[in-house]
Amino acid sequence: MANTQAMCTSFKVQILNGIHALGTSVVRAGTTPDSFKAALYHTTATIDATATVYTVTGEIVDASYAAGGVDLTGSPDWIAPGSSGTTAFSTPTANIVYTALTETTAFNCVLIYNSTQGNKAVSVHTFGDQTITAGTLTLTMPTNDQTTGLLRIA
Amino acid sequence: MSIIHTTKGDMDETLLEKKDGSVDNDNEFTTWVEYWLDGELVHRSAHVTFKKNVFTNTQIGGF
Repeated sequence: MANTQAMCTSFKVQILNGIHALGTSVVRAGTTPDSFKAALYHTTATIDATATVYTVTGEIVDASYAAGGVDLTGSPDWIAPGSSGTTAFSTPTANIVYTALTETTAFNCVLIYNSTQGNKAVSVHTFGDQTITAGTLTLTMPTNDQTTGLLRIA
Repeated sequence: MSIIHTTKGDMDETLLEKKDGSVDNDNEFTTWVEYWLDGELVHRSAHVTFKKNVFTNTQIGGF
C-alpha cells in the first residue's frame, strides 16, 4: 500500500451538493436543492466559460419565448450528485423542452443557471445552428454516469 | 391522421410537405423535421441529444 495524492472523490460530489465553502458563501434557508433555468442564445452571442450570471445579451427574443428561458422541470432539478471511480457527476432530471417556439434567427447555445442563487451561471452547452418555427426544441439529457453525465468533475 | 401545429394554425399533416434529417457528430445527435406549405416553412422542430458534456479535470498542487 502507498499513500496517493488526490482530490477526494467525496469532495467532488460534495462540491456539487454545496457542502464546502472555501470562500465566502451564501446563507441558505434550508437544505432543499436550488432551482435552475435554461436560456437559449443566438450563434452571434459570446456565452462561454467566462459567464458568471444569466444575461439577456445575445439571448433569443420572440413572443413565444420568455426571457430567461425555461425552468428545469425535474424534482429536484438535478439527479442527486454521485460518483463512479474518481469522477463526480450529475445531470438534469428531465429533458429541457421549449414548446410552441418560433425563433428564425439561428441559435446554438444553452446556458444553465441557478435561479435560486442570483442567476449564477452553471454550464454552457453548444450544438449545431438551429431555428424553430411553430415547433418544439427538445434538449435530451444524456445518461447520468461518469462518462456522459452533463456535469462531470474528474 | 396527424395534426401539425404550424404558423397557419393546426393543420392535417397530409396537406403539408415533410422534410426531415439528422446530424450525428462527436458533439451531438440531432434530428429535425420541417413541414412546408406551398413553398413556405410553417413548422420546424428539433431534438438535440448532447454527447460531449461539460467535463472538468481537477488538479491538486504539491508542496
